[in-house]
Amino acid sequence: MATVEILYFAWLRERIDAPRERVETAAVTVADLVAELVTRSDRHAAAFADPTSVRVALDQVLSCFDAPLAGVAEVAFFPPMTGG
Amino acid sequence: MPTSKPLYAPDELPRYARHIALREIGGPGQGRLKRASVLVVGAGGLGAPILMYLAAAGVGQITVVDDDTVSLSNLQRQVIHHQDRLGMAKVTSAEITLAGINPFVQVTGIATRLGAEDARALVAGQTVVLDATDNLPTRHLLNTACVAAGVPLLSGAISQWEGQITVYDPARGAPCLACLFPTIPADDLAPDCARAGVMGALPGIIGSMMAAEAIKLITGAGRSLRGRLILQDVLWGETREIAVHRRRDCPVCHSLKEDTPCN
Repeated sequence: MATVEILYFAWLRERIDAPRERVETAAVTVADLVAELVTRSDRHAAAFADPTSVRVALDQVLSCFDAPLAGVAEVAFFPPMTGG
Repeated sequence: MPTSKPLYAPDELPRYARHIALREIGGPGQGRLKRASVLVVGAGGLGAPILMYLAAAGVGQITVVDDDTVSLSNLQRQVIHHQDRLGMAKVTSAEITLAGINPFVQVTGIATRLGAEDARALVAGQTVVLDATDNLPTRHLLNTACVAAGVPLLSGAISQWEGQITVYDPARGAPCLACLFPTIPADDLAPDCARAGVMGALPGIIGSMMAAEAIKLITGAGRSLRGRLILQDVLWGETREIAVHRRRDCPVCHSLKEDTPCN
C-alpha cells in the first residue's frame, strides 16, 4: 500500500466537495485508482461518471490513465474549463 | 526627404514610464508593445481586465471580437462595461472604455460570433491571440486557426471559483488545446458561467494573469507559460502548475514541426 495525495479541480472538486484527500491505495495505475475512488462514495462515483474528458497529472506532470503510480506522491485530476 | 512616422504621439510616452523603468521591459520592450497587434476573443469577464490592462500598457493594435450585448448580470464582474450601456454591443462598450483609458492605442471592435473563416482571417499577422471566450467549440476553432497560422494562443478559462491559464503554441514546442483536451465534455459536466455561477473577482485574477502573460510574450520578459498549465482554485487557495506537452497523435498539430525551442 502507498499513500497518495489526490487533488480535485473544477467540477470534480465540486462534486466530491473537497479540494484534496489523502488515500491509502494498492492501485497499480491511475485507472485502477479511479476504480477504487468511485467505490468510496456516491460523490466520487458522480465525479468520475464520465472520465473521458478528465485529465490527470502525476507529481505535476500531465500523464494518462494507464500510467503507473509507483513512486507517485500527488495525483491531480482536472477537466477543461469553458467559462470566460 | 521622407520621414518615418514617430512611434509615439507627443504626449504619450510619459504614461509608460513605469514600464520603461523595468529592466525586463525598458524602452525596447515598450516599443514592442506599441508595435504589437493582439486579437482578444471575448469582451466578457476575462476580456474586461485583459483589454483594459493591454490598452493601458500601450499595446498598439487591439482587435476585440464578441457578438453579445451588455446585460445587467454582466456587471457583477465585467468591469469594462457600465450601467449606462445596458443593451449596447460589448465591443462598442469596450471601445468607449479603452478610449478613455488610453486614446493612443487603436481598438477595433467586431460584433460577430467567431466562425472558422473569420478566425483564420483575424488570427493572421497577430503577435498573440487571447482566448477569453465562454465555450469550448469556439476555443477549439480558435486553436485550429492559431495552429495553422503559427500564432501563440494565450488561453484562460474560468468557472465558479477556479481558473486555468496556459500558452498553446505548438510552433514553439508547447502543446495546442487539442493535445491537452482532445475531447469536449458533455454539456452538463462543464456548465457555463450562467448556469454554474462565477465569483465576481475571479475573472479579474485570471484575466489580469493573462494580460501579464501577453505583456511577457510580446516583450520577451521572463519565462512564459508555454508548456505549463496553471490551475488556480481561489475558494480553497490551491494552485498547481502542471507540465504539459505536445501529443504526437494530436489531430490538430501533429504535422507541425517544432522550429523554436519552448521557453
